[in-house]
Amino acid sequence: MAESIKDRVAIIGMGCTNFGELWDKSAGDLMVEAAYEAFEDAGIEPKDVQAAWVGTCHEFSGMAGLGLSVPLRLQYKPVTRVENLCATGSDALRNACYAVAAGIYDIALALGCEKLKDSGFSGLGGAMVGGTNVRPSMTAPGAFAMMATKYFARYGLSAEEGKRMLAHIPVKSHHNGSLNPKAHFQREVTLEQVINAPIIAWPLGLFDCCGVSDGSAAAIVVRAEDAKHFRPDPVYVKALQICVGPGEGIARTEYDYTHVEETYRAGLAAYAEAGIKNPRQEISMAEVHDCFSITEAVIMEDLQFSPRGRVKEDLEAGTFTLEGDLPIQPDGGLKCFGHPIGASGLRMMYEMYKQLQGKAGPRQIKDPKIGLTHNMGGQPPACTVSCLIVGL
Amino acid sequence: MPGITSYGAYIPLHRVERSEFRRAWGGFPIPGERVIANFDEDSITMAVESAIDCLRGIDPKTVDGLFFATTTSPYKERLGASIMAVALDMRRDALTMDISGSLRAGTTAIATALNTVKAGAAKSILVAAADCRIGAPSGDFEQALGDGGAALLLGGDQPIATIEGSYSISDDFSGVWRADGDVFVRSWEDRMVLDEGYSAVLPEAISGLMKDYNIKAGDFAKVVYDCPPDFRRHARVARSLGFDAAQVQDPMFMTVGITGAAMAPMMLVAALEEAKPGDKILLASYGNGADAFLLEVTEEINRVGERRGIKKHLASKRMIANYETYLRWRGLITLEAARRPEKSPTSISAVWRARKQILGLYGARCKSCGTPQYTSPALGGVPIRICVVCQAKDQFEDYRFADKRANIFSFTHDNLAASPDPPVTITVVDFEGGGRAVFDFTDRDPDKVEVGMPVEMTFRKLFFDRGIHNYYWKTRPIRC
Amino acid sequence: MESIKDKVAIVGMGCRKFGENWEQSSDDMIIEAVYEAYEDAGVGPNDIQAAWVGTIASGAAGVCLAEPLKLPRIPITRVENFCATGHEALRNAAFAVACGMYDVVLACGFEKLKDTGVGGLGVGRGLHPVLEGRRTGPGTFAFIATRYFYTYGLSREEGKRTIAQIAVKNHHNGSLHPKAHFQREVTLEQVMNAPIIAWPLGLFDCCGTTDGAAAAIITRADLAKKFRDDPIYLKGIGLAANQILPHFEPGFDWTGFEMNRSAARQAYEQAGIKDPRKEMSLAIVHDCFTITELIIYEDLGFSPKGRAKEDVDAGTFTLEGELPINTDGGLKSFGHPIGASGIRMTYEVYKQLQGKAGPRQIKDARLGLSHTLGGPPQVACIAVFGNSPG
Repeated sequence: MAESIKDRVAIIGMGCTNFGELWDKSAGDLMVEAAYEAFEDAGIEPKDVQAAWVGTCHEFSGMAGLGLSVPLRLQYKPVTRVENLCATGSDALRNACYAVAAGIYDIALALGCEKLKDSGFSGLGGAMVGGTNVRPSMTAPGAFAMMATKYFARYGLSAEEGKRMLAHIPVKSHHNGSLNPKAHFQREVTLEQVINAPIIAWPLGLFDCCGVSDGSAAAIVVRAEDAKHFRPDPVYVKALQICVGPGEGIARTEYDYTHVEETYRAGLAAYAEAGIKNPRQEISMAEVHDCFSITEAVIMEDLQFSPRGRVKEDLEAGTFTLEGDLPIQPDGGLKCFGHPIGASGLRMMYEMYKQLQGKAGPRQIKDPKIGLTHNMGGQPPACTVSCLIVGL
Repeated sequence: MPGITSYGAYIPLHRVERSEFRRAWGGFPIPGERVIANFDEDSITMAVESAIDCLRGIDPKTVDGLFFATTTSPYKERLGASIMAVALDMRRDALTMDISGSLRAGTTAIATALNTVKAGAAKSILVAAADCRIGAPSGDFEQALGDGGAALLLGGDQPIATIEGSYSISDDFSGVWRADGDVFVRSWEDRMVLDEGYSAVLPEAISGLMKDYNIKAGDFAKVVYDCPPDFRRHARVARSLGFDAAQVQDPMFMTVGITGAAMAPMMLVAALEEAKPGDKILLASYGNGADAFLLEVTEEINRVGERRGIKKHLASKRMIANYETYLRWRGLITLEAARRPEKSPTSISAVWRARKQILGLYGARCKSCGTPQYTSPALGGVPIRICVVCQAKDQFEDYRFADKRANIFSFTHDNLAASPDPPVTITVVDFEGGGRAVFDFTDRDPDKVEVGMPVEMTFRKLFFDRGIHNYYWKTRPIRC
Repeated sequence: MESIKDKVAIVGMGCRKFGENWEQSSDDMIIEAVYEAYEDAGVGPNDIQAAWVGTIASGAAGVCLAEPLKLPRIPITRVENFCATGHEALRNAAFAVACGMYDVVLACGFEKLKDTGVGGLGVGRGLHPVLEGRRTGPGTFAFIATRYFYTYGLSREEGKRTIAQIAVKNHHNGSLHPKAHFQREVTLEQVMNAPIIAWPLGLFDCCGTTDGAAAAIITRADLAKKFRDDPIYLKGIGLAANQILPHFEPGFDWTGFEMNRSAARQAYEQAGIKDPRKEMSLAIVHDCFTITELIIYEDLGFSPKGRAKEDVDAGTFTLEGELPINTDGGLKSFGHPIGASGIRMTYEVYKQLQGKAGPRQIKDARLGLSHTLGGPPQVACIAVFGNSPG
């Protein structure tokens, strides 16, 4: 394999809207808000953008590059729409970085957005393509609940023990979210509230599931050597990895349903690209895809933050809290932001960017050097995973 | 002499006490319990279950035809038998036909199949009868009817029971009927319906048969004939013809209910389960006329292998909680729609292309590495052309999963998913012999689902949307 | 900014026969196109380091490519940009290779249009919940014909005769291509007298609706000769998105599209092309309707503004003409499985530049372009390729 992206591209401006049930805002509104915050942050004008990548998962949030060029009134610029399920926003950023690294463009915009709350129902949805309609009646919580069932069975946890282990995750994330004015949910929850919440898909309860919200986030990228012309504290891209699975898990009995191979491999590739030997020690903080509490638990093991089968110890020890060894979801995660699909990857990056610049306010982590974002799309047997690393 | 070469039956798992109907509506109590098809069952799925039971140990490719007898086909224009033939993995050149329009469609199908075999047009024909009739809420039919199916394989090769003779009457009488567009069974005043219909015409046909073939009432080891909604009339027919109570096959009114065109075939299966070589059996059915047959059991009865038939299915049951569940499963009340995304339209093209994977539950086995594999037709990768394990391209042989057992690898009870029987239980299963897939889990007790639990495949209806009944396979606990 | 010129090359391509492929799923078509490309490039699935897939509505995420091909957990991105979707897969793949991240990547475009049970494309979705309800493809492009005829003083008869010649030309070219959906010639009279779909466009003014898939293997230019003697090199790729639906653009003249002109400017500038009419050997352009091809001649600088009719009448764009256009039969003969089209067009450029276009082969092909125009329409992409570096 050819080269690494490490330190070739920098982020010089970011924007992020408030996330939530933004009944009064269209996808276009959200894109304008996120993009203009990013323009201002980078100190550039909209016309300085030479090319753009927009990430939307559902067509109702915008189709083609036009989903972005129309609300921003970009004048005959190259604008590409990228879609990669929950990794959509991260992949928009990745493609923008490659074009900049290739030298084709000097200043590019990557923006993710999703308007989920125009559907009239809760939860995710949107008709999948395919046409036969012959599929299990499973929802997203149902798909991830399979991992919890199997994780409990494999490691000998009773339903009670398992649910208690998972409950630490939303408690931590809700605490972080309570410190973030852009989060959808800004209230703390207790361990007992989480454990006793109504069951959505057994064994996952209401607080094991992330919210459903609208939002948008954006980043301006330039080549690393140009970055300091724009600001003294740019954030440098260290790794951009995507790993797309061939759907093995659903067809092979070898798949254990207690890990996600795509996450594991994306992590390995990202660590290699960024030159990271010991992720638990070297990564300062991470925003990972906590669509459900069990997902975050398994990600901790797949990204080698916790030993396989032993995330429970780290959860109980508070390793991943704001004050812990390795803070996870310092902004509150999908748990508190909800998951407007195309926006999430860039929303996570926004937190890493602010933390690295020391601008995270009451959530500020001490002296972070390296941040990681992780998205996971699809369902455990067939996923598309992104793993991005940025740093000073 | 041609005759019946195999038999099978199906009775849905769920039952309801008839007192539940009285709790809801008051009125006249009818004793016993009745069978309730699950929300995902209909005449086609029950006929498939019966046929699978009948074909245990028999290669479906050797069967030359399939006649589907019902008065409740889900389609007015689309052959039920051709849907079933794919599900049953029969040959493409099998003769398929739906026989309908009368409650004796089951025996009419038997007669037609027999004649087809006798004429030499086929060596064997499978008759599968099933019905899922609905009585309007608060009426007697609601209590009296039941759901179920039976299947009989007819052929000339070593029959377990020969069909020695038959007698038929056609008799137009609008006693019980459904017009085009009717959901519920209609009936004329019940006394006239019984006096001039069932109680007159059925004995006439039976007497005609006995006279033609010179048989006396005492010659029969078992007499099998339909039961009317007023079950007391069943015994009265026996008395009028001189049959002893011991000769009369139980019409299962107290345990199953009246199963329409499947009634007489189901009772015949029950009789064959107990039959001995040399037994003479009467089979008769009523519906706008009557059919009567004389059967004689042969030594071959002893070689019939394991069947779930009537006995085992009857013993395997679960009571549903209440009458409201019945209303919900049959779709008899409008419930608030789940706040879930609207279904995208089903593509006939896509379903047609994947018919073998969907209806036949065929996956593939890699000839290079030997791994059996299946992919959901809606999740991509159908047909399987590149091996998930070794990436060999286009080196597959067909591999059918429908007849394989499996074990639950993981599961969930999904409360968010819309269903007439929440929560939706979803299973990831590993098949015995290899292969993994994910399916809805039906006929389950949510409290008893566990990792490692053995399951089997069952042919069910996923949903009806925009004029399309979408059939597929689900997992269920090993039934019996 | 730098140019993409001669940084990447295509070393293998595949194209599934286009048509109403009732018996094939998207997955089948992807497999056939990609395996032809593997074979053509002399590579296998394990050589692919990353992939880009273009589909507008036949699949989601990179998973829609990974699952049928069982690609071993590599990065795969889905791009979507209306009718430029296939080109976008090529473009983003080219950038990633050009920046040195990958040596060998796959770009694949596909679409399964024939599972809907209706003819034609769906009406625009996701653009405006009310206004979009009644807009059809032919309806939108017919506006151009009406206005073009009016602006340049063509009578109905003259106008229809002009665009009819484009259909006749493309059907002729398609009749020479075994992978085309329609492989029959049509006469001028047939085209002119065909039933009207959206006035003034008749049946033969419209392209077909088909299923299809096409794929390309892309590598760095300096590695290309390791794969084959006759790679083709990317000289320039331009993409332009408009900021407003043309229907609402004040002052819009409906006789040409700035997206086309902007994408052409970008691509020509990168490729160092000054006079496209002279320098281009061939072009495969977005003839969704005959009138579209007519204005593309002008937007891309092949004919002077308002004077494409003269070139059409002179046979400039036929196989034997000065600048053959749509030598494979175009969308007219191939139909338009949206995500596949940009790569299918490039497939023809590739074969022509290699001298492997059989009975359609044009003389001395050195430089060719493929062009898509998408949306209502609002986006255009142009990729220029040559068969030698420099």
